[in-house]
Amino acid sequence: MRATLATWVAGGLLAVLAMAAVTAPLAELAMGLDAQAVDLFSRLQPPSPAHPLGTDELGRDLLLRLLYGGQVSLAVGLAAAVVASAIGTGIGLAAGYLGGRVDAVLMRVADGVIALPLLPLLIVLAAVDLTKLGFPPDAAQSELTAIARLVILVSLVGWPVTARLVRAATLSLRRREFVEAARALGFSPLRIALRHVLPNAAAPILVATTLAVGNVVLFESVLSFLGLGIRPPTPSWGNMLTGAQELIWEDPRLAIWPGLLIFLTVVSVNLLGDALRDALDPRALTRR
Amino acid sequence: MLGYLVGRLLQALTVLLLLSAATYGLLGLMPGDPIDLMSGANPDITPADIARLKALHGLDQPIWSRYLAWVSAALQGDFGYSRLYAQPVLDIVADRLPVTLMLIGVSLVVALAIAFPAAMFAARNPGGLADRAINLVCFAGISVPPFWLALLLIILFAVILGWLPAGGMASTGGEASTLDRLRHLILPVATLTAATVAAYTRHLRAALIEVLSEDYVRTARAKGLSEHRVMTRHALRNALLPVVTLLGLDFGALVSGALITETMFAQLGMGKMIYDAIMGNDYNLALVGLLVAAGATLLGSLLADLAYARLDPRISYRADGGS
Repeated sequence: MRATLATWVAGGLLAVLAMAAVTAPLAELAMGLDAQAVDLFSRLQPPSPAHPLGTDELGRDLLLRLLYGGQVSLAVGLAAAVVASAIGTGIGLAAGYLGGRVDAVLMRVADGVIALPLLPLLIVLAAVDLTKLGFPPDAAQSELTAIARLVILVSLVGWPVTARLVRAATLSLRRREFVEAARALGFSPLRIALRHVLPNAAAPILVATTLAVGNVVLFESVLSFLGLGIRPPTPSWGNMLTGAQELIWEDPRLAIWPGLLIFLTVVSVNLLGDALRDALDPRALTRR
Repeated sequence: MLGYLVGRLLQALTVLLLLSAATYGLLGLMPGDPIDLMSGANPDITPADIARLKALHGLDQPIWSRYLAWVSAALQGDFGYSRLYAQPVLDIVADRLPVTLMLIGVSLVVALAIAFPAAMFAARNPGGLADRAINLVCFAGISVPPFWLALLLIILFAVILGWLPAGGMASTGGEASTLDRLRHLILPVATLTAATVAAYTRHLRAALIEVLSEDYVRTARAKGLSEHRVMTRHALRNALLPVVTLLGLDFGALVSGALITETMFAQLGMGKMIYDAIMGNDYNLALVGLLVAAGATLLGSLLADLAYARLDPRISYRADGGS
């Protein structure tokens, strides 16, 4: 793998961010603070030894909230990217292997999803009141439901990219000798697709999943920012920016940090995904 | 060609019809309903009044019959009234659409004006210093959350420097002038441009590099044409083809970007209208807004495909599906 400096920095940064988010409870213990504790007497404080990044509009420690927000944002990003890729892989395999009408219909749908204005539609889906769908009010309001709903929504729009990549890989794999051989041996199409084609399409799936993480983190942040994703008091990098906009004249600092972390995460993931693609795609060597 | 066009338009109409049904159903699932909101504001209201209001607005009917009623009214040009603005929906859309078209149009032009030279510069020496620098900037552009970029621009140009307004369409109190309107457009356009220019540059760079390795480019170089002429006359024209398609596909992203940008900078365009309508339970307005956005996106990709056929004489769209 032709790892450039940028790739190493990106990988290192992601590792640090993930570690920091996972160890948030430890940081909480070490600092002797409660991440959720509201203290209106010490709101919007500048950085100090007690609060390395200062406090937010409710006097909560900004650093701790960033760490906990990172847990949510990164977990949603990873989960939704994996779900989206799984859906995309299934559809891409079916389209590429079955071909013909199935292929035409599935790819039309994929193109349709890519071409639609996704954000307005996501807003509608995110605003749907789950109690009207028969969920009990407790479950509909819970934090876990909010996260699960976000994962489902974002995967619903995230799958076409993987589907197209997997389909392209399947189309070329389908004509290879070992697939012919498997077919000659009388294996069922399902078995051939899963046992012989899928493992050989692992590279594009990996690339697509990596790149999807970046997109998903962006979508999560936008929806949470608009008040439709992760809802306070649970912090996410997106919803921490919601309040920051109103306070932009009082304390612009609050608007900087969460966005910076989203930006660094997405940039790192995209750089890694690109490096992976170059490393795994033999054609890329000739193109350069 | 005509057959292809008709086919594509029918397809787009089908998508819009499906989308309207799906959205209509979803909007009914939003928290609260308009009658609750009306009755909440009026302490004197009786259950009989509520039932009467529900019957008046057809809310006592099952959802599919309400949808059919909406479709048949819509086909006659009646898209209903907006609850938030107490105006016919079409009047509001007519008000808001030009704002968004202006925003998107200016941003598109600026983005292309930056993307073309940048991509040509990068493709001249792939892997070189300039290419790597441009590539890194593009990565940043793709990865930055647009609403955060908007916040940063507001902090820098409105809060710290005080050069530009933080939002709105015109200064209050002052006389409405073109210059004032333009000042209010700078930051929104910058945000929307930044969100799209990186993707355009990357598409164009990749296409240029691909084309530059073609035989006819070698021929052009061999007969002694200047590198500039090879790039603009031979490479760029052929690289345009894939880029046009991608531009069409990216149109949806532009519409989504406009929603964020307008919301962040309080531009009274379609994007903010859709957002406000969804948040304010204004079903009629939200539905039409979403359909206009989707329709514009579909039209964008159709135009891109038509331009593709025009730019490349080898491609013909025949009724037998020869695309």
